[in-house]
Amino acid sequence: MSGEMVLTSVDLAIGHGKVRLAEGLAVQLRAGSLTALLGPNGVGKSTLLNTLAGLQAPLDGQAFVTGSNIHAMPAKERARKIALVSTHRPSVALLTVEALVGLGRHPWTGPWGRFSAADAEAVERAMEQAGVLHLRTRNMEHCSDGERQKVHIARALAQETPLMLLDEPTAFLDLPNRAAIVRLLRENALKAGRAVLFSTHDLQLALDLCDRLLLLRGKDGVWQGTPQEALRSGELQRTFAGAGVQFDAEGTHRFLH
Amino acid sequence: MRKAIGALAFLGLLVLLLACLGLMAGSTSIPAASVWAAFFERGTPDAMGAVVREVRLPEVLTAILAGSGLAVGGLLMQAVFRNPLAGPGVLGITSGASLGVAVVVLAQPLWSFLPVSAGMMTTLAALIGALAVLLLIVLADRRLGDAATLLIVGLMVGYFVSAFTSLLQASGEARALKGFVLWGMGSFAGTTLADLPMLAIPVLMAAAVAFTLGKPLNALMLGEQEAAALGVATGRVRLLAIASTGVLAGSITAWCGPIAFLGLAVPHVARALFRTADHRLLLPAVVLLGAALALACDLLLRAFPAMHGVPLNVVTSLLGVPVVLWVLIRGRNWGTRS
Repeated sequence: MSGEMVLTSVDLAIGHGKVRLAEGLAVQLRAGSLTALLGPNGVGKSTLLNTLAGLQAPLDGQAFVTGSNIHAMPAKERARKIALVSTHRPSVALLTVEALVGLGRHPWTGPWGRFSAADAEAVERAMEQAGVLHLRTRNMEHCSDGERQKVHIARALAQETPLMLLDEPTAFLDLPNRAAIVRLLRENALKAGRAVLFSTHDLQLALDLCDRLLLLRGKDGVWQGTPQEALRSGELQRTFAGAGVQFDAEGTHRFLH
Repeated sequence: MRKAIGALAFLGLLVLLLACLGLMAGSTSIPAASVWAAFFERGTPDAMGAVVREVRLPEVLTAILAGSGLAVGGLLMQAVFRNPLAGPGVLGITSGASLGVAVVVLAQPLWSFLPVSAGMMTTLAALIGALAVLLLIVLADRRLGDAATLLIVGLMVGYFVSAFTSLLQASGEARALKGFVLWGMGSFAGTTLADLPMLAIPVLMAAAVAFTLGKPLNALMLGEQEAAALGVATGRVRLLAIASTGVLAGSITAWCGPIAFLGLAVPHVARALFRTADHRLLLPAVVLLGAALALACDLLLRAFPAMHGVPLNVVTSLLGVPVVLWVLIRGRNWGTRS
């Protein structure tokens, strides 16, 4: 926990119009850490991610990325600081893996999108880090779900932002692919010194592979800490209270009849 | 990239060749030497020279403007709505323009007191009609967000608008009615050299706007949210693309009639030929392909005596429908929307 603070939110309230999903949110993300965003369905995980990405205005409060107010900065500058991988994964035909990853350079290129040597290098590096270098000339439509997700993560890596947000990057993937994606995020957070936040329903992966957990609990705000703290203090249990799930000290959860 | 530039150069030459053929071919074929003389020799042109300069040149230029303009409009619509079947014709935009033209042609007493030429009036009315329908489509798209439903809404709007056009037709005076029916069959021959600026200026302006959108349209392929997260002002891009499509479809429909399928089909042909989804390359590609296709259709009608009197729309439909069916059945040059 030595990395500098990348994201801070102060008394943030999220929701749509008159529907307040959660309030009083104080989120802190440090460079070099991987944080899993956990919470029951409908509690506002996607809304929180979209709000932190600057795509949605907060109902109250403020959020800052490396010191700048996320909702008061120019879109292009924001895109240089925050990358988002949403659940929406269109498979555009005739679009190669390399071309899609290249779209991540959008905030760094000029009006015609011409690549400088630095842009080409960033794309190369991102593909290598995400393990999709061998797919570079393949069309997106011919990639598997797991490959496609890695390509979209590579696109976000190419954006070279201090903060990376991902909405359920492991959804619809098999076990090996889920683990591979989280390991990839973890490694990248450490090596590149990024702050990475991703929402998931995969408790075991979150407990085993993440540095921090961010538990979202609607009106009760958020709780943040290490997986061990979450288990020991019973905060994880409380977040999923009423779901008929019980956690033991090792983080194994059982479904109660 | 070098291959793509070579292909663009080849298409450019093809357009040039077709344009030259277009100047030569017709009810009387004019030899190349006379065409050359009509442009580059001093002195009063002979009868053939006059035909080349006064009749065939505006027709060839109109075909180039209309073909490339409709193709750009189709590409913009397909990118903005992320829908392979979007195009100026399908979404009812040309129907809107047609209603505008019908008002001008068939209800002349309504506006004849205004100090505007008929050509100018037609252009304005078609522009207003096209943009009004586009506005409706945008509102529907906001609410529906679903490709298939939007197309059906577009078709319905088209039918609805056409109903008003029919109403005007039913009450129109016979001579005006004939003019309107002929216009509806589509033609590149309706412009004189003096009219051309009224077509060329809006088309060139809208195309210039479209050419600045290559980079953001690429980002939009990822979806609205991702594009916004990449720093694209999605609302502004959408508005610019839609406004330029309206201007393109409106002004072209005013002068050439509601030309079917060209705008829808050309972008697919360009994608298939260039094997790319990069709009920075597709924009020049559809301009050249659209111009070439329009010139070829026009040439087909003029060069062969058996084809005389066949409406332009018959040819564009015969060429365009198979392309659309191919897109639907093969479905591979386009990914899923969600």
